[in-house]
Amino acid sequence: MMKRDECFRILARHVTDEIVIATYSSAVDWLELGERPLNYFSVGAMGLDSSHALGLALGRPDRRIICLQGDGSLLMNLGCLVTIAAVQPKNLIHFVVQNGAYEANGGHPIPNTAVDFAAMARGAGYVQVHAFSDLANFAQQAGHVIKQDGPVFATLHVEPSKPLTYDYPNLYDAGRRAALKAALQQ
Amino acid sequence: MATDALLEPDEKIRLKGSAIVAAIKASKIEFVLSVPDIVTSEGLLRPIARDPQLRLIRVCKEDECIGIASGLYYCDKRALSLIQYTGFLDSINAIRGVAVEYRQPICMMIGLLGHDPETTPRNSPRYGVRIIEPILDAMGIPHHLINDDGDVGKIRPAIDDAYAASHPVALLIGRRPS
Repeated sequence: MMKRDECFRILARHVTDEIVIATYSSAVDWLELGERPLNYFSVGAMGLDSSHALGLALGRPDRRIICLQGDGSLLMNLGCLVTIAAVQPKNLIHFVVQNGAYEANGGHPIPNTAVDFAAMARGAGYVQVHAFSDLANFAQQAGHVIKQDGPVFATLHVEPSKPLTYDYPNLYDAGRRAALKAALQQ
Repeated sequence: MATDALLEPDEKIRLKGSAIVAAIKASKIEFVLSVPDIVTSEGLLRPIARDPQLRLIRVCKEDECIGIASGLYYCDKRALSLIQYTGFLDSINAIRGVAVEYRQPICMMIGLLGHDPETTPRNSPRYGVRIIEPILDAMGIPHHLINDDGDVGKIRPAIDDAYAASHPVALLIGRRPS
């Protein structure tokens, strides 16, 4: 079993000018790796991260969009898999970080911790589907995964992380939203 | 005139879908995000689906529209969510977070299923319709009733203002457009 922060450190080695969308625990761990204007944390409602990602993918087909969605979030918006698959955005890479828990809300388990999101994505019509549970394998594949023609889906099977500090006023600061918009206008 | 004379008053075309679609396009909307609604199905959604100037994104659930529209907003692309009032009610938390608290120009065209267009939405025979305007008021979201052809002129200024001042707006469709 992998750890989310370890996976993100590997992913960060390959990220350059991609827009990265993350929420809750994923946003905390991603921000630990550094500030960048092309981070997008202001999703506004749980589950919508993947829909924001689709909007960005439609609006900026010249850029690659990486969504780091939690399993609890995806469960709140499973229809997005069908919508994204129907649109077929080549520039969208959709990771779901499966730790089996609502980590930002007390660590309670999701209704079925064994749910197979990769199978759902495949059934919905994603072009490329992956599932990783071995860190060495992910390290070997990560650079390739985020360069594939999408929509790409990848489950990261991780264990619950150490307790995190959730500084939501900082994560969702209006300045971050303005920085993202400004960066996209350059 | 001759055609009108053959129609009963309630059969006269009171709200032209083609005029609404023209107003949507005049508002520089590029993307329409929608779950089908029987109020706007024939008069709006079908012609929009055929219109090469508009890109229709069919979604599974209405709150997806709010996230997609927000993503497009960051890219300076205008979007309209075409939904039923039931979908609006289902999306309240997304609208609260994205449109209201983050002050984003989320533009919604909302079909008032079951509404009697001869009365106001607040006096609608249907409970779900009666609560829509009070909810929008409580959330501070500007709203406009599109009930007759004379109301279509409200659409473009409402959308332009939403983008100029960065706030959400709701356009309530009070009867089935032709």
